[in-house]
This record gives sequence, C-alpha cells and structure tokens, in this order.
Amino acid sequence: MASPHDLHFQEFEQAAELLSADPGASTLSVPASNTVSTAGDGGQDVRLELSEDEEDREESSELLAGQKAAGGFWTFEYYQSFFNVDTVQVLDRLKGSVMPLPGRNFIKNHLRSNPDLYGPFWICVTLVFSVVISGNLSTFLSEMGNPSYHFRPQFHRAVTVAAVVIFMYAWLVPVALWGFLSWRQGAERQIGGYSFLETVCVYGYSLFIYIPTSVLWIIPFEWLRWTLILVAMGISGSVLVLTFWPVVRGDTKWMSVATLAAIVALHALLAVGCKMYFFQTAVHVPTPTPSPPPLHMAAATTPRH
Amino acid sequence: MAASDEASRPFAGLSDVSISDDIAVEGDISVPVGPSARRDDEFSTLDEPVRETVLRDLRAVGKKFVHVLYPKRSAALLRDWDLWGPLLLCVTLALLLQGGAADSDYQGGPQFAEVFVIVWFGSIIITLNSKLLGGTISFFQSLCVLGYCILPLTAAMAVCRIVLVAGSGPVSFAVRLAVVTASFGWSTFASTAFLADSQPANRKALVVYPVFLFYFVIGWMVLTFSPSQ
Repeated sequence: MASPHDLHFQEFEQAAELLSADPGASTLSVPASNTVSTAGDGGQDVRLELSEDEEDREESSELLAGQKAAGGFWTFEYYQSFFNVDTVQVLDRLKGSVMPLPGRNFIKNHLRSNPDLYGPFWICVTLVFSVVISGNLSTFLSEMGNPSYHFRPQFHRAVTVAAVVIFMYAWLVPVALWGFLSWRQGAERQIGGYSFLETVCVYGYSLFIYIPTSVLWIIPFEWLRWTLILVAMGISGSVLVLTFWPVVRGDTKWMSVATLAAIVALHALLAVGCKMYFFQTAVHVPTPTPSPPPLHMAAATTPRH
Repeated sequence: MAASDEASRPFAGLSDVSISDDIAVEGDISVPVGPSARRDDEFSTLDEPVRETVLRDLRAVGKKFVHVLYPKRSAALLRDWDLWGPLLLCVTLALLLQGGAADSDYQGGPQFAEVFVIVWFGSIIITLNSKLLGGTISFFQSLCVLGYCILPLTAAMAVCRIVLVAGSGPVSFAVRLAVVTASFGWSTFASTAFLADSQPANRKALVVYPVFLFYFVIGWMVLTFSPSQ
C-alpha cells in the first residue's frame, strides 16, 4: 500500500503545474492508491512515482501498459526506460518476491507501472552462476574423501546448459503466459491485464529465492534439499499465483485453476530439474578398491543418459 | 543603419586605403594549427625506431598498471584509455589457465576461447548495464577500467600455479583460497574506485553488483584450476 513516505512531492508540484496548464490531459489512475486521480482536476491529483517520461504518454504501446516508451526501439533511450530503477526500488522488489502476503499483488504493489529489466536479467545471471558453482562445490565435497576422484569442474558446459535453461524459462514462459492471458481476455487488455514487461518482471523476480536455495543445496543431505525445494517453490509459487489470480479469476473456473496449476508446475519443474542436473549425490560407496570404478563424475554428467 | 555604422567604425580608416595594382597580392596563407613543434613530432614518430614506439605504448600500459595496484581516485585510467592492457591481461590469464588435464573430454580448466568470451563479453554487458542505468562513463573507458582491474586476479593465477607446483593438498588449497580472495577483493575495490564517480548516487549498488559478480566468476575459475596429473 502506498504510504506517505512513498510519495515524491517534487513530482506532485510539477504534475499540478502541468495539469493546470492543460486540464484536458489524460492522467494515470493507480488503482492501488486510496485517492483516484481524475482528469481536469488540477492540483488535487495524487500521482505516485511518475517519471518525466510519462508526461506525454501514449497508451497504445503494447509492451508498456501506461508508460511511454521513449523513442523507437532503435534508440538507446528506449532501452534506458527499462532500467529506470533505483537501488531501493530493486531491494523493495526483491523483498516483495520472497514475502507473498495474501492480498498483496506483486505487480500492483511493487512494480507500480514501472517494470524494469535490470532485476530479471541480473537475477537470472546470478542464478546461473550460483547453481553451477554450488553444483561444483557439492560434487567436490561429496567426493572429497575419494582418492581416485579428480575434480573436473567442466565449467563451460555447465554454464552453457544452465544459462540456456534459465533464460529460456525466464523469457519463453512469460511470453507464452502473456499471450495466453491476452487471448483469453480478448480486447480487454487494459483492464486487469498485465503488460508483457510486467509479466517478465514478475517471473524474473520470482526466481530470486532460488539463489539462496541453490547455495544451501551444497549441504549434502537429500531430505534437506527436497525440503528446501518445497519451501522455495511454495514461496515463489504463491507470489506468482497471488499475482495472476486477479487476472485469471474472470475466466471459467476450470480454466483459471488449470492456468495457475501450469504456472506452479513449470516453476517446480525448473527447480527440480536444476537440482537433479547439477547436484548429483554419489550413488557409489567410496571404497579404495584396486580397480577404480568409472568415477568420471564431472558436475555435468547425468546418470539418466 | 546604426548597426552598419557600428560595424564599420573599427574599419573607418580603411575606407581611405586603396591598393594599387602594382602590388602583387600573394603570400602564404597556411596557418599553423597548434604548436609548431607538433608537426615536427609527427614526422619524427615515423622515423623513430620501432622499439621506441612499442616502448611508449608499453610505458602507458605500465603506468596504468601502477594505477590499478594503488587505486586512488585518479583520472589517468579514464582519460587516456586504451585496450592494450586488458588484451595483454586477458591473454596472460587465458594462457595461465591452460594446461589443465590433458584428457580431451574432461578438462581441468577452461579453454582459451572460454576465458576470452567470459572476460570480454562480461565486460561489455557490465558496461551496457552501467550505461543503461544512466552512467556518464563512455563505453571504451569502462571496458578499459574493467580490463585493467583483472591485473590482481592474473597475479593471483600466477601465484596459484606456482603453489600448485609445490603440491595440491589442503594446505595449498588454503593458500590459494586466501590469495584468490584477497585479489578478488582488490579487483572489485579498484574498479569501483574508478567507476563509482560516474554513476548516479542512488544507483551505485546496482552498478557495483555486476562488477562484483564478474570478478567473482573469474576468481572462481582461477581457484578451481586443477593441473594435469
């Protein structure tokens, strides 16, 4: 919820000036706030965290609901508008992604029509490296007592696989979900629908909890790893469900349940897949036998092949 | 009219001057641009021995190395950026990371191209990130800074290889861990000392974090290098 500390009073004055200069200008109404801003009511409006870009906005932009994309896609400013966040905002969004409180919608409460690409991109990169490095560490630790094991990190292959999987998840699933939701809603995209960027944003931030989870997976207890997976999936899955429930609610009951179940299932699949591919426990007994068993268990080899 | 009077007043005396046709109007109108000594230099750098040319660039690179080793807020690295130093460091680091397990399927370390890709691609992404967040540093200046600050990690790699010659037990691992951690901290600190000023104040952490991640990954590659046996 918007607290008085969140309001930027400099922009309030500027907005009031602009609105009094042009009372016919359309204003952005933020449903999460208590006050509703209406057009033509100069000086009384409350605007939350609007940047200078939004003063001459076009609502026909497909990617950004309610926020103007500065310039065409070939200009640098276009991409700069996706990185218009401060440190405190990113930290606030990270906090929101690990605390799914019922009634709090990640997009409405934390993004507030300013979705960014910084968070999703760097969370994905960090997740790739944390999964690979933790996988290396856990394999190394589990084989430490074995004299015939030679530590072979196989960094490049692991990083490539992890990067492809995680980035595909973080980009293709939001595309599919956004397309599906837009199709189901027909033409009512503005009402309750999320823009493509907001969908990508919420998915990116929801991956954040897997970073500490992957680090904790170094601890070599299977029951602990599965418990961690359940906890992480529970938290980030519920963030996703809480975010998409208001959008899906208008659909038929069967469809909305199926959509949410698909979201959670894909999320779970990513977690379990990462765990099984990168964190393999030793299935052999480390005895110093004279005929060494084929122990080329680099971190990237899988027993299922 | 008043304006033209104003304008013509400094030249008022000239209206009486007439140029006779006998005087040939000719002369040299080439204007020397800048100090005339520079033109001498241009010719002399062509004639100087190759060694001097190379040494001049090497000296510039070496001066920047010193700036990295003692990082204080100086503009030298940013003002006279060059990419020779980063290239030298990248090649040295990639060569030092060679010689892993001779087994072709499983390598004890990354391949040469892999180090190159990680260093240069990573630097480019970090530079793009800082520019998108509103940084005022130019593209190549940022590449230059990030590349030069790999110097502590390259030195750590050299030390690690020497330590690994002695042995690869837990003692050597502890020594290598300490050296790599110290140099990773040094690299991050040095690069943020150079880059921090060009960022808007409320986004500094957003720019520093990818740099931290970049040097962490390189440090991890250095630490996990295992020689062939």
